[in-house]
Amino acid sequence: MNTMWRIMLALVFAVAISACKTTEPEPEVTPDTTDTAPVEVVDATTSAAPDPHDYTDSRNFDNSESLLSKRVIYFDFDKSDVKSEYRAIVAAHAAYVSSHGSARVTLEGHADERGTREYNIGLGERRGNAISGLLSAAGAMGSQLDTVSYGEERPVCRVSDENCWWQNRRVEIIYTAR
Amino acid sequence: MTNMMQKVIYALLFLVLSQVVQAKLEIEIIQGNASALPIAIIPMQWRSSDPRPETGVAEVVSSDLYRSGLFDPLDDQDMVDRPVDAESIRFGTWRLLKVDYVVIGHINDAPGGNGYDIIYQLFDVHTQERLLSQITTVGFGDLRFGSHRVADAIYEKLTGVPGAFATRIAYISAIGEGNNWNYQLFVADADGFNPQAVVGSPEPLLSPSWSPDGERLAYVSFEKGNSAIYVQNVATGQRELISSGKGINSAPAFSPDGRYLAMTLSYTGNPEIHIRDLATGQKRQLTQHWAIDTEPVWSPDSQWVYFTSDRGGKPQIYKVAAAGGKPTRITREGEYNARASISPNGKIIAVAHGRGNEYRIAVLDTDTGRMRILTPGVLDESPSFAPNGSMILYATREGQRGVLSAVSTDGNVRQRLILTEGDVREPAWSPVIR
Repeated sequence: MNTMWRIMLALVFAVAISACKTTEPEPEVTPDTTDTAPVEVVDATTSAAPDPHDYTDSRNFDNSESLLSKRVIYFDFDKSDVKSEYRAIVAAHAAYVSSHGSARVTLEGHADERGTREYNIGLGERRGNAISGLLSAAGAMGSQLDTVSYGEERPVCRVSDENCWWQNRRVEIIYTAR
Repeated sequence: MTNMMQKVIYALLFLVLSQVVQAKLEIEIIQGNASALPIAIIPMQWRSSDPRPETGVAEVVSSDLYRSGLFDPLDDQDMVDRPVDAESIRFGTWRLLKVDYVVIGHINDAPGGNGYDIIYQLFDVHTQERLLSQITTVGFGDLRFGSHRVADAIYEKLTGVPGAFATRIAYISAIGEGNNWNYQLFVADADGFNPQAVVGSPEPLLSPSWSPDGERLAYVSFEKGNSAIYVQNVATGQRELISSGKGINSAPAFSPDGRYLAMTLSYTGNPEIHIRDLATGQKRQLTQHWAIDTEPVWSPDSQWVYFTSDRGGKPQIYKVAAAGGKPTRITREGEYNARASISPNGKIIAVAHGRGNEYRIAVLDTDTGRMRILTPGVLDESPSFAPNGSMILYATREGQRGVLSAVSTDGNVRQRLILTEGDVREPAWSPVIR
């Protein structure tokens, strides 16, 4: 009888826990383009490491020293102008795309959760077009560029505060062909 | 004893499992109304030879009326008397219980044998007058929906406004984590019961919009890697791709006369409102401005299109003649007003009203020009009027989870609809289903 009561209590407890179980927001990881460079294999027989400032060299996509490895541009709330600190990154990609006719880029525009979903789809497109416009002005061809807006539908971070929101207001520069 | 122990364990295990499986609806009144009408819906006698349903008609009617916030139905356990016919109602007893109205009835097999008849009467306890005597005929599987019709008739008789219980709601649910999400478009009865997935996708779905006959839904799906507009028949599942051009294909809205679909397209290089003639498939551009023009909705007479535009610097509601013309600004109060929903009489405009980081549902009375904030949330959006104009369904947050709530148009009654698991958003209340 004692055992039975213990089992019952344990189960009742389990029911209680399952009833009030909530999903904890997972700690989100910042989209990380800088820290995940592959370990450099020093091998004297292969060519030397690429010059990080040579933006026509596709090896620099994985070189954390090079601006080509940075492929996310962040924006202010309800804004689509490209801030000065990101201009050099965009220029690096413009140099690559304009020197590689086969390169194809999708500019994925995103917004944070504030405001309505449909307006944010408009805002995400405006951001994508801002980057697309800079790439075009620097020599990329229109046929190489595509803009898709996801609005607030694809956040990288799901907590309702600015710490999270700034990471979601972004354009991802995605190479579909290099 | 071992045997009994096993039974107990099985019983408890079942309890644990059933909690996992039955993640269904709960409705909770957060803010009630002190002047709610006391009413007793007497359990109705089941006279059919079929097995009695688990949830009785009276129970469904009671909970509908309760949810409206305008009624205070007597609890089943407090019913000291359960009359079935008019002659056996003891009005004195109900007066003592402080009940103003009594509903009695019974359920028969319908003549012809293809369903049931709900036969019911509504009495005023004080005058002893019979206010309503009706028969509602329903198909075999439609007893719940028939009960909603009974609630609609009682609601209309006592408030003067048609009920909106026998209607449906559409909404989007997102379940998942990391890069793995499952988006589903659901249709459920207005009380959240009977949810049916209409379409599912690993890519985002949004902006469901009902056709005026309640048979089809237009929505946006990213399943092709970009936004695209589909129109789908709710009953058959058959669907048609309406628009998947370059750029944005979003925010579809059927005109109330059923002839047009307004939508936001950006193939011209900028989001503009376009109107598609559903009979001919032809489309024309309604707005022309460098701003974001989106979220079109129609006036009830199909003559006007309201939309969100940031042409003045921040998102505000504008209106333009559906035939074309110069848009005029409608909302003036507040820095952010978007995603309009128009009341059935065309006089009240509900919006997502933003101030700083807080977004609430507000209503603009177009006669007085007064704007009123109705909800206390921080990220409230997507208001959708009930087809009788009494309530506004909207999306809100509880922690990091999206849930649906409804608020009465006067702001006095608020309720929370806890539907299935997952992040629930983008509610759309159906038109009246005939």
